Amino acid sequence: MSDIHATPSAAVADSQDLQFWMKEDHHPENGTLLGFWIYLMSDCLIFACLFATYGVLGRSYAGGPSGADLFELPLVAVNTTMLLLSSITYGFAVLEMQKNRRGTMMAWLIITGLFGAAFLGIELYEFANLIHEGAGPQRSAFLSSFFTLVGTHGLHVTFGIVWLITLLVQVGRFGLTPANKRRIMCLSMFWHFLDVVWVGVFTFVYLMGVLP
Amino acid sequence: MSAHIESHDHHDDHGHGEEVSHSTLKGYMVGFFLAVVLTAIPFWLVMGKVIPNPQTLAIVILTFAAIQIVVHMIYFLHMDTKSQGGWNMLALMFTLILVVITLTGSIWVMFHLNSNMMPGMSHDMTEQQVKNLP
Repeated sequence: MSDIHATPSAAVADSQDLQFWMKEDHHPENGTLLGFWIYLMSDCLIFACLFATYGVLGRSYAGGPSGADLFELPLVAVNTTMLLLSSITYGFAVLEMQKNRRGTMMAWLIITGLFGAAFLGIELYEFANLIHEGAGPQRSAFLSSFFTLVGTHGLHVTFGIVWLITLLVQVGRFGLTPANKRRIMCLSMFWHFLDVVWVGVFTFVYLMGVLP
Repeated sequence: MSAHIESHDHHDDHGHGEEVSHSTLKGYMVGFFLAVVLTAIPFWLVMGKVIPNPQTLAIVILTFAAIQIVVHMIYFLHMDTKSQGGWNMLALMFTLILVVITLTGSIWVMFHLNSNMMPGMSHDMTEQQVKNLP
């Protein structure tokens, strides 16, 4: 603002430019969060491609087992519960962070990580079972696209847990600094985003997969 | 004019280290409750075989998924038209358009390719028939 008042003649001379300058919005308060959001949107496109692949190939069984033969919905329901619970516990961690309570925030983050690990464990158990039954990714186009889509989501959760542990160490050593708070908010977006993708997975892959 | 100046100062007062976040316990609990309900109903519909017609059932559970995604966006990801000066929403809209084009385009085109060009590859083929393919 100050340079406008300092040069009133210039301001009068090109008032059009000045108006434009004045009306310009302030830059986003936090460029990192916006940048991270744009990364998440590009990640969303990766998942869109994998969903499209599954949508095209999901009924090409090559004479092998179908989703109705393979999927155990109770197990998927437990898995979904794990991810949902981890989402709400991450929310609690963010609330504690806003109150600058480091200990309880770290406790909620650890609980979130445990739920994430439980999710991964159940998913790996399911994968191991499928491969053991001879329904590995090489069996049919349906299973290839299934393992690629669900596996990519699982890989994201894995890296989310790695990031979570890294953040726990960081917060433990340096406390709730502004940089660490920013990182926690980024991981929050990442974690909730994975939950959104999982909504698509359990609906599109598992629930619709068992339909005739 | 003065409003702009005030908003300018206001932003600077916030400081760049302070995260501008609107998370509340109530928001998270409402979101969680809605998410649980919107997850439980489709699972119940499919596992309990409530709707006999598979096509109707598919449309219903897809609708539930769409609603649940919106719930997650609002209550967990805190999306609104004002966050980051609207750029968040703009990026989201752009992505959604691309996602819809990718999904519907792929499935539509490939469905017609399959039904027009590969009449023998219907999915009720037996394993023996697959082995006899050239």
